[in-house]
Amino acid sequence: MSSVVEFANTLLGGVAAGMVLFIVSVGLSITLGLMGFVNLAHGGFAMIGGYIVVLTMNRLGVPFIAALAIGFFSVAAISVVFERLLYVRLYRASELDQVLFTIGLVFMMIASVTLIVGPETQPLNLPSWMQGQFDLGFMTYRTYSLVLIAVGIVIMLGLWLGFERTRMGAQIRAAVDNRRMAESLGINITRLFTLTFAFGSGMAALGGGLGAEFLGLDPQYPLKYLVIFLIVVAVGGLGRVTGVFFAALIIGVLDFALKKYLPQGGTVFIYAMTILLLLWRPQGLFGRAP
Amino acid sequence: MSIDTNTGVGAASGMGTSLAARTLAARHRLRWWEPLPWLLAIGFYFAFPRYLGFGTEMLITILFAISLDLALGYAGIITLGHAAFFGAGAYTVGILAKHGIWTEPITGLLWAAMVAGLVGLASGLVLLRTTGLTLLMLTICTMGLLEELANMGAEYTGGFDGLDSLPIQPVFGVFEFDVLYSTTQYLYVLGVLLVCFVFVRTLVYSPFGHSLTGIRENTLRMHAVGAPVRMRLVVCYAISAALAGVAGALWAQANAYVNLSVLGLDRAATVLIVLVLGGYGRLYGGFVGAIAYMVLSHFLSKLYPSAWQLGLGLMLVVIALFARGGILGIGASLWHGHDKQRDAS
Repeated sequence: MSSVVEFANTLLGGVAAGMVLFIVSVGLSITLGLMGFVNLAHGGFAMIGGYIVVLTMNRLGVPFIAALAIGFFSVAAISVVFERLLYVRLYRASELDQVLFTIGLVFMMIASVTLIVGPETQPLNLPSWMQGQFDLGFMTYRTYSLVLIAVGIVIMLGLWLGFERTRMGAQIRAAVDNRRMAESLGINITRLFTLTFAFGSGMAALGGGLGAEFLGLDPQYPLKYLVIFLIVVAVGGLGRVTGVFFAALIIGVLDFALKKYLPQGGTVFIYAMTILLLLWRPQGLFGRAP
Repeated sequence: MSIDTNTGVGAASGMGTSLAARTLAARHRLRWWEPLPWLLAIGFYFAFPRYLGFGTEMLITILFAISLDLALGYAGIITLGHAAFFGAGAYTVGILAKHGIWTEPITGLLWAAMVAGLVGLASGLVLLRTTGLTLLMLTICTMGLLEELANMGAEYTGGFDGLDSLPIQPVFGVFEFDVLYSTTQYLYVLGVLLVCFVFVRTLVYSPFGHSLTGIRENTLRMHAVGAPVRMRLVVCYAISAALAGVAGALWAQANAYVNLSVLGLDRAATVLIVLVLGGYGRLYGGFVGAIAYMVLSHFLSKLYPSAWQLGLGLMLVVIALFARGGILGIGASLWHGHDKQRDAS
């Protein structure tokens, strides 16, 4: 019995971590798939979102859910400004320029947050109903983690429906599969991209706020988690919502379990797996062959 | 499109055969300013005896940036994992010295170059099948893999703490390394840098170097003219890796220690920034970038770390948006503008 509980514990922890990864990375996957823009600053938007959520809660006393909404919308708005003013100039540029530009942005975000808020880790003060343990019948588990899992599943379903059932979802799918063809059919890719970019950054902010307790929130956040966000996107396949979801789950559970049982060499396994997978399928697990 | 280009080339060679031929024949000749950096480096030795440790670090960064330039600037391989080879070289020297297997410095460099070159060859053979984001991810993951392995193999690599007080023999059996007074290190690293630079300079002006530029500019066409594209890229990647390994080995020898910092994303990103700041694909970009970056960071990063990071980020953004040639690119366009003005008047 106890081994079952331990297994469930690990699994739930990993799934919760995977959900955070999913919520943060899904926007990156879609924008990469749409425009092929290597946006290394995506984690920066997650960090800014996390800070907005935490600061509005701690300093202004805004309730958690409202703070999340504020984080989502303000980061979406900020990202539109960035996209229209700066990103748009680099769509046709080389990957190197895109990498440099977004690394530069990450540095500027880290420095600004350090200067304005300070270098220390920001605590997320969860509302009381999320703090305790939740009774699952055969065991109890942290309510916060269970909420993360529930929110992740809801978002996944919502995105899936939006992708499969709405006009805009169809346009995004078309543009990811063949941008030129979609453009010739009269789909306004630029507008589509701005909207997806804003939405994706907003989702990152949501993930940054929701997962602040899980990942920790300090100015180094965008660099610390850059590689894992990229791995999730690359493994899942660009522009694939379901792909990112499963990749995030696999990597979340693997990372969580390996850190628990193999604290010494766990990360090696993740890197090795990613390398082998990308050599076998450069387009990722769920991506389409080019 | 190919017809257009062909007639274009024909017209150009018809109009200015002598100019084109002269430019081609003279492209590898020594220009008047090329001895300057070396004279400056020797001048630095006499002018700032107290800053030789800093100078040594700068020279090593230059070598590392040059090795990256070969892969990124000439062959167009976009990598964020070049510190993998720097680290491979550094750990080769560190492990061999710490376990008393090999402590002679110059031959130690050859070992490091060989190990790093082999790592580059092996990873290049598999990685360079891919392009774009996948390649970028694979270079990061390879570096992460090596970093974790170095962290795990504590018995050999010292794990998180690394290996310190490495016993390195004197250069030529005479000149001892002194960690506090880096006179030997400075001249030794300068000598190695000169040898490596002459090698790289010869390489990029050779037919091999030109085929790399061709691959960077138009891979499809290079395939079409029958160039062995992937083999060229793999060889270039391995050479670049070996040079990065030499830089890492010099770092380990000069500091007499090696730790996980030689393998991190920080170091890989820094060298990329250095190169881009100076201007990539220009041979001397590494020199200019390393001097500009290290002097700025030396004076600013300790006093105002956040402002330094903010400025660095801003610099990168500006370079990516407006000045893709880096400092040398700006200099070159100013110089040409000056020429045009003179011609006009």
